[in-house]
Amino acid sequence: MEHTPLLSMHNITKTFPGVLANDDVSFDVRNGEVHTLLGENGAGKSTLMKILFGLYKPDSGEIRLRGEVASITSPTSAIEQRVGMVHQHFMLVPTLTVAENVALGLTSSRGFRTDLDVVSDRITEISEQYGLSVDPEIDVWKLSVGERQRVEIIKALYRDAELLVLDEPTAVLTPQEVADLFVILRQMTDAGTGIIFISHKLHEVLELSDRITVLRNGRVTGHTTPAETSRQQLADMMVGREVKLAPDKPHVDLGLARLRLRNLSVKGDRGTMAVVDADLDVHAGEIVGIAGVSGNGQRELAETVAGLRPAEAGSSVSIDDVDLTTATPARTRAAGLSYVPEERMKDGAVGEFQVSENLLLINHAEARFRRGPLFDFAKIRDHCQELVDQFSVKTPSLATPTSSLSGGNIQKLIMARELESKPSVILAAQPTRGVDIGAAEYIHSQLVEQRNEGVAILMISEDLDEILGLADRIAVMFEGRIVKVVDRENATKEELGLAMAGAEVDA
Amino acid sequence: MKRLLGASVPLGAALLAFMFGAIMILFLGEDPIAGLRAIIDGAFGTGDRLAATAVRATPLLLVGAGITIAFRASVINIGGEGQIIAGALLSTAVALWIPGTPKVLLIPLVILAGLVGGGIWGAIPGALKAYASVNEILSTIMLNIVAIQLMNYLLRGPMIDPIEVGTSRIPQTQRLTDNAALPTLIDGSRLHLGVPIAILAAVLVYIMLFRTPLGFRLRAVGHNPDAARAAGISVEKNIVSALGMSGALSGLAGVVLVFGSESLRLVTDGGSAGFTGSAGFNGIVAALFGGLHPLWTIPSSFLFGSLLTGATELQRALQIPNALAIALNGLIVLFVVSSDRVRAWLDRRLDKSMRPGDAA
Ligand SMILES: Nc1ncnc2c1ncn2[C@@H]1O[C@H](COP(=O)(O)OP(=O)(O)O)[C@@H](O)[C@H]1O
Ligand SMILES: [Mg+2]
Repeated sequence: MEHTPLLSMHNITKTFPGVLANDDVSFDVRNGEVHTLLGENGAGKSTLMKILFGLYKPDSGEIRLRGEVASITSPTSAIEQRVGMVHQHFMLVPTLTVAENVALGLTSSRGFRTDLDVVSDRITEISEQYGLSVDPEIDVWKLSVGERQRVEIIKALYRDAELLVLDEPTAVLTPQEVADLFVILRQMTDAGTGIIFISHKLHEVLELSDRITVLRNGRVTGHTTPAETSRQQLADMMVGREVKLAPDKPHVDLGLARLRLRNLSVKGDRGTMAVVDADLDVHAGEIVGIAGVSGNGQRELAETVAGLRPAEAGSSVSIDDVDLTTATPARTRAAGLSYVPEERMKDGAVGEFQVSENLLLINHAEARFRRGPLFDFAKIRDHCQELVDQFSVKTPSLATPTSSLSGGNIQKLIMARELESKPSVILAAQPTRGVDIGAAEYIHSQLVEQRNEGVAILMISEDLDEILGLADRIAVMFEGRIVKVVDRENATKEELGLAMAGAEVDA
Repeated sequence: MKRLLGASVPLGAALLAFMFGAIMILFLGEDPIAGLRAIIDGAFGTGDRLAATAVRATPLLLVGAGITIAFRASVINIGGEGQIIAGALLSTAVALWIPGTPKVLLIPLVILAGLVGGGIWGAIPGALKAYASVNEILSTIMLNIVAIQLMNYLLRGPMIDPIEVGTSRIPQTQRLTDNAALPTLIDGSRLHLGVPIAILAAVLVYIMLFRTPLGFRLRAVGHNPDAARAAGISVEKNIVSALGMSGALSGLAGVVLVFGSESLRLVTDGGSAGFTGSAGFNGIVAALFGGLHPLWTIPSSFLFGSLLTGATELQRALQIPNALAIALNGLIVLFVVSSDRVRAWLDRRLDKSMRPGDAA
């Protein structure tokens, strides 16, 4: 039986000066389904949704709601037609309470007097119906990111949204919060709401969607469903060529242990133990992946290995038999460590610095970049150009401020810098988080190449697919302990997932 | 485009301050045009006045060049006054200690002593910040007070001019021997070696900041200490050296103030301004006015120097208290500091409008 779709967008085209953001895009959403828009950064997903929400006017094309041609000229008219939107950047006033935020822009049922008690009651009602558990009286600034997102969802539901758009809602959430969000979204579709979900994370998309529309460069490259497709196929559609999600890994004979952690215990920022008695060896020619839900000590472990955080007494860290337990970052680097930090804009690069300056952040003092005491800018330019070309960092110029590059390009820049020193050990934390598939593919191939050349690699990742695709051995961290170490051949996703949740402590 | 706007902001601030000054002169019942003419005449009218302007600008430039180092490393140095005094005390002590040394040896020695004295006075708050997380704004201001009291003690006791001991006990050292005077550049003029030294210092600071590994590290630490640390750059050492170098240049300003003065001695009025002429503070203004760029600090310092000398003529010609010049100075400070906000805002605006909008 054929329903009239809740929403259908027909042949939408939208140009910005010099950019064709949406090119003849058509898709539809039915009541009670999650329809995902999948695409790399810049594919045109947000633009399409802003057209739907009345923020942009399309050059051509037609929007139909419940079968009727709809004219959506502003967010207000979108809301009137029961379209709700949760933007990636929340639009909440932090100093107001949840109820006040929800009431903002609505007319009170009591004329000039506020009706916040009515609003609160209704919020509690909605909150209970969908398991959102948000207290209407609490100030928004006290809420976590995940909770703020729920307030945005409540705002839309309060306005009776029948179609809800969520633009990259998972980008800011922890995996647990993502799982919670998905439960909430499912309850909403069960109640008949139509949901447009935007993401570029393949496993999430496959898990949540009923239907999927893939966009690339403003154009629809395919409509599909999770049952009909696979990660590989989705990735290919997003990128427009065959992507290697997991790089080929030739067999490499294991060398000696290069990085050794013994009885490693580390305190976290709050003074409690973040890492407890960790023992781990990483050998020449292997990639050891540390899996785990973030916040289980991975960051502290990485920072200690990098010399940024002191270890507790009795711990030991060494690289190629050089003891580095109390070493500074400079000494760990001199001992052969390269470090790709988790937060690339905080710890990995100086945003205000030019691309070339960030490429030199570590080895700027080397004699080859100087003539006498002064920098030799011609030599520096040549060197940096070579790195930029070799690692295909897309930048307008070497003098471009680094913060204006995309996440993927900044990560490639950091990789270029870190691999240039011919390290013996690479510590890479979340190397492809938030990075385009194309860039991720490239970064993975570089890590494998280093492994093949006898570098010992310790990779920390929350993304199990990344761990399974790259690692030779897998260690699972839970509550600061390494609770499981398995060879890749013997690892299953289910088993790892259980260990990550702390179900099986048998290390 | 961005650079042009950046330059226009401090100029606008100066213009605004001058307009206020003109209004104030009007209220005093005088002709503002005549006032402006008096200032210009007083600052640049004759060769001597020009020389006086350059000499007044010299300590501002030295302090200001140092300030650019500290601020680029994201450390705030309000301790210029104390660092000037520390440099002056150590260099004067050296000159008193070895009076007979030939000029070619003595001048470099006192310059070195001034750099060391000011450098230590700057490095102390640097070390306190780096290793004990003591706020450098507080510690540099407190060290100003310590330096003043140290100077008062030394000039009343151990370093006092022996002639003063039995008589009026004016807190000052004896007049230094003539071979300790900074050589003049033109015979019969007050224009002394300190002027080209200060300009050279500003140029060297520019080269250090933007063309050497040391400056690279200082700027990296200033922009993002976390990333710098992760890359193996010692944040602590660079904070100490930034404040140390900043203090050393202020110390050099102290040398110029003693060894370039007509009285050729160190004298205190119990505070600091009597000796420094507030160069330790005005140098900060000159640096801010120059956009924290060492080369722009050169013309900026000369502008403030001319304001100071011009004020003397303003007072003489129009009988307007030279407090007006000080007020004018203060107004420019106010406008520059608030316009710094404007500039930051402009920067942000321009950055946004130049970046292709990734409306996520
Ligand atoms: N307001 C705008 N002005 C100019 N170009 C824009 C604007 N918004 C988006 N674009 C461009 O349109 C393209 C699609 O962007 P967007 O819809 O944000 O992509 P996505 O959400 O899929 O990452 C990009 O090339 C982007 O730079
Ligand atoms: Mg987007």
